Amino acid sequence: MDIAKLTIDGIRSGLKAKAFSARELCDAALAFAGAENPKTNAYLMLSEARARAAADAVDAKLARGEDAGLLAGVPVAVKDVIVTKGVRTTCGSRLLEKFVPPYDATAVERLEAAGGVVIGKANCDEFAMGSSNENSAFGPVRNPVDLERVPGGSSGGSAAVVAQGTAVVSLGSDTGGSIRQPASFCGVVGVTPTYGRVSRYGLVAFASSLDHIGPFGRNVRDTAALLEAIAGRDEMDATSAFAPVPRYAEAMTGDVRGMKIGLPKEYFAGLASETGDLILRGVEALKKLGCEIKEVSLPATEWAISCYYIICTAEASSNLARYDGVKYTLRSEDSGTLAAMYRNTRGDGFGAECKRRIMLGTYVLSHGYYDAYYLKAQRVRTLISRDFQNAFGEVDALVTPVSPFPAFKLGEKLDDPLAMYLSDIYTITGDLAGIPCMSVPCGTASSGLPVGMQILTNHFQEAAMFRLAEAFERNGGVDAA
Amino acid sequence: MKITEEQVRYVADLANLRLTPEEVSRMARDMESILGHIDKLNELDTAGVPAMAQVLFDASETATLRADMERPTLPNEAALANAPQPGGGFFKVPKVIER
Repeated sequence: MDIAKLTIDGIRSGLKAKAFSARELCDAALAFAGAENPKTNAYLMLSEARARAAADAVDAKLARGEDAGLLAGVPVAVKDVIVTKGVRTTCGSRLLEKFVPPYDATAVERLEAAGGVVIGKANCDEFAMGSSNENSAFGPVRNPVDLERVPGGSSGGSAAVVAQGTAVVSLGSDTGGSIRQPASFCGVVGVTPTYGRVSRYGLVAFASSLDHIGPFGRNVRDTAALLEAIAGRDEMDATSAFAPVPRYAEAMTGDVRGMKIGLPKEYFAGLASETGDLILRGVEALKKLGCEIKEVSLPATEWAISCYYIICTAEASSNLARYDGVKYTLRSEDSGTLAAMYRNTRGDGFGAECKRRIMLGTYVLSHGYYDAYYLKAQRVRTLISRDFQNAFGEVDALVTPVSPFPAFKLGEKLDDPLAMYLSDIYTITGDLAGIPCMSVPCGTASSGLPVGMQILTNHFQEAAMFRLAEAFERNGGVDAA
Repeated sequence: MKITEEQVRYVADLANLRLTPEEVSRMARDMESILGHIDKLNELDTAGVPAMAQVLFDASETATLRADMERPTLPNEAALANAPQPGGGFFKVPKVIER
């Protein structure tokens, strides 16, 4: 077996034909990940014991002739902002360097119940804040496509392990593009499902009205299978949705004839670049597959960045208040007072980007500013959401770029936080509206760097999104044009 | 909009966040540039637009309620396992109230 190219379907047939056991696959995956990781720093740690136990359980089920699940034997990496019982979960932060969670996130519990094998924890920007994975306290991740470049963020490790082949699929989290942008930068598939589609129980909170858990994979089918395994109502997360989870594999028929695709004009204006050209070639390919293409308008787009950075920083400042030296591992010198302990612990523990967002969030929520900032942003969010509802009255899906440019060099944008924030423009709107969206590979720029195409559909229309993405992929992607 | 170092120190105080003098001056510059961009929202008239607190919730009001039944919670020992300073089944902190 070529471990770096395995798919979920390939693993299923390999196990069935007894070409390998789940334990053999697990050991091979762990060895490969251990050997390759120094190149990218994509894993923060490998969870050998847990992985072997899960793989052995799969083998035992198979030996008894039982169904071992949708993800039987599949090596999975989990972003280090998602808690794993007994396996250190750092959130890429010094503050949680020694934190060993006492419970599992629901998504982790479910993927293991479906036979998945968690082989390690993926590096990420500290508390999922960043667009380059350079904000990890444990060093940046390097993009496997070009080691001098960033993998994107904040789920940079989750994208990199899948691109590098050191995991078959992975879990990431997305608050403003943290799954789709790294998927685009690393040339893999990344999916942000509908808000509430996947339980966030055990996802360390960043901005609760925007946080999502979602899958990465080397093909659309693999992401759909992982999503199917983890989605659905969870009593432990009151915001998780009751809507039944479809069998996504059944939706991927390859037939997208007559599907109506909208191109939001605001996303293409001023995109005179190689990225824009590749996305338009991707659109031509969809047209060839029988889709109807029309222009639509999402007029509130220009306000999205401001709206997003008010809401996400405000919610982050509140969510990160819990890291105060009392409960979670790190405590700094206290000078004998509680206040000094709080301040010093937070001052020592948080990195620059977390401090920036805590400060911005505290500022916009402080006395006298609530109406001007947070409340205003919530009103703008309504406008952004209405734009999408209007568009989905006319079309089945929207197609846009994921990022204005492909992966940039390490260090290139570190000194200008505003420029980094502005590059999130195409991905934050989907999170603000809570709709499903994904990045699917759409060719490479002349530099050899991958470019991702974003597909967005209406709430709970993941099946249609997968059908379109898989048909595109199946027919050669951008080269079908 | 101008953000002064004094404002930065005031907000850092609200956030219980110790910043070094270098961090304060850098923060003033960063906040000024980011808030300058964010302030563009004021150009948009949102009178009469409802605020969106919850993007999506499709279930009935009582759907998330469950029977009020006793069930196991995290044991004390597990809850304290990550505490920097546990003691007597509690999280210990510096003295808050003088005797």
